[in-house]
Amino acid sequence: MKKLTINKNTKDNIITYGIIIAAYIVMELLINTGHISSLMQGLLVPLCVYVILAVSLNLTVGILGELSLGHAGFMCVGAFAGAFFSKCTQGVIPVDLLRFILAIIIGAVAAGIIGFLIGMPVLRLRGDYLAIVTLAFGEIIKNIINVLYIGKDSSGFHFSLKDSLSLGLGEGGEVIINGAQGITGTPKDATFTIGIILIILTLVIVLNLIHSRDGRAIMSIRDNLIAAESIGINITKYKLMAFSISAALAGMAGVLYAHNLSSLMATPKNFGYNMSIMILVFVVLGGIGNIRGSIISAVILTLLPELLRGLSNYRMLIYSVILIIMMLFNWSPKLINLREKYSFKRLFKKTREVQ
Amino acid sequence: MAALLEVKNLGISFGGLRAVDDFEISIQKGQLYGLIGPNGAGKTTIFNLLTGVYKPSEGVIMLDGENITGLKTIEINKAGIARTFQNIRLFKELSVIDNVKAGLHNHYKYSTLEGILRLPSYFKTEKAMTERAMELLKVFELDEEANYLAANLPYGKQRKLEIARALATEPKLLLLDEPAAGMNPNETMELMETIRFVRDNFDMTILLIEHDMKLVSGICEELTVLNFGRILAQGETAGVLNDPQVITAYLGE
Repeated sequence: MKKLTINKNTKDNIITYGIIIAAYIVMELLINTGHISSLMQGLLVPLCVYVILAVSLNLTVGILGELSLGHAGFMCVGAFAGAFFSKCTQGVIPVDLLRFILAIIIGAVAAGIIGFLIGMPVLRLRGDYLAIVTLAFGEIIKNIINVLYIGKDSSGFHFSLKDSLSLGLGEGGEVIINGAQGITGTPKDATFTIGIILIILTLVIVLNLIHSRDGRAIMSIRDNLIAAESIGINITKYKLMAFSISAALAGMAGVLYAHNLSSLMATPKNFGYNMSIMILVFVVLGGIGNIRGSIISAVILTLLPELLRGLSNYRMLIYSVILIIMMLFNWSPKLINLREKYSFKRLFKKTREVQ
Repeated sequence: MAALLEVKNLGISFGGLRAVDDFEISIQKGQLYGLIGPNGAGKTTIFNLLTGVYKPSEGVIMLDGENITGLKTIEINKAGIARTFQNIRLFKELSVIDNVKAGLHNHYKYSTLEGILRLPSYFKTEKAMTERAMELLKVFELDEEANYLAANLPYGKQRKLEIARALATEPKLLLLDEPAAGMNPNETMELMETIRFVRDNFDMTILLIEHDMKLVSGICEELTVLNFGRILAQGETAGVLNDPQVITAYLGE
């Protein structure tokens, strides 16, 4: 029988943090000794972004138990809010790190607020309906940003949904968000170190939330809504809490993403439906509700296409085969039995009776 | 003394179907009260009305002098009614102790921020919650399984866990919906002891739905028999069970 203890939870969390820190140290060592190609180095920040996205989506899908297909939308909100702030304050706040931290907070808060507003009506829906509405939300956000023009001049901010000319900017005015061309010239503040710090921050928030009174309430709603209500748990409050926190963390990932690029555009590729699905694939493959699994699958699935680049056209073929194999390895009952039979725990603790 | 639960003229219709009609009940504090009747008589519907799952079409529900008619389930739970379900509704992916701790939710509080930042109040409150939850689990002899997943408990223990979780919300009135369903005679005997124990030690008032006549006649002091949504008979257990009407409609010869 499966046995959980409080100590095991803490131990599990420590292992998760340990893996992240160990991975960071190893990567830093490899970078400093010049063993990592510049291509791989360029992947490090996106990797952090995807890990944060996967962990935050797991809060909605695995812990709250609601299917959301609009996670890229929240990331988009965070990315543009953060980049907008950075662009505006580039001259005002001279310290890069401080400006970036403020941008992260602003991006996360903006995405959190949007998550809250979307969640209020949408979380009353169940199952497929919620998925459809969140999917639509992601597309709507992306399309709104594509027609959004914001400029700044001496008299303040100008705003338009038509084109940059209709902003009517005065002398010395500057277009900050330029419709489909997005934001150009965002300061490149994102580094691998900050990415890792943000991953750890995300983990602290998500893991500590799960193992607290609120987390219990959220998971009880997932397991049985009617019973949760019958013991006096405020369904709406906790659904909204989980959903908004998840959105805010996605927003944070968005800010990190935006500050890794010199020009930020809302295209179907980065903030569209495919992105939302990809994050969901990380979560499903890593195990729904399994935070560490999300991290691992996000890392593997981000690196895989790059590692397979040498195979040119066969790359995506192998990628999909590996996806299927991973899915079988994770979920097929026979393979689970086999894994348990030959697990490290068993091999190392042969003396202990196995239940 | 005023009754703990006083229900007058309670009724609900689903479309053209009159599921419950003119239902009245008066339960004194500390009483063990039974609600029986054939399948489809409206017993669970009455539980759902009492706990706010359905809004009554008419009637008044008074709990301890407070009008709780038409309140939401959450508010009714806070006012003091907790229940179990006919088809067990546990939080299956949570551990046994977390199920009970979820029941303690409204009585032991710290803010979300305190939880995420792991401030001292988090550790203090969680420790108190664990202690209280273990106390409750001991009563139901579930303390050894505290860290199992609820889904992995055997059936009889799942039923007990549901009662423990309901008690964790510190209700004034406990509603048990067929607590002995699916239990073998031994388990039923054990359950009867537990129910008595809960009543005596937690100073609890209990209303239960049950088909097991041995359990009903063994522990219930008063009964209401329901048939087609209406009260067929009401009163002391022995009298009701010998009522010829009840025998024809429900018990059989």
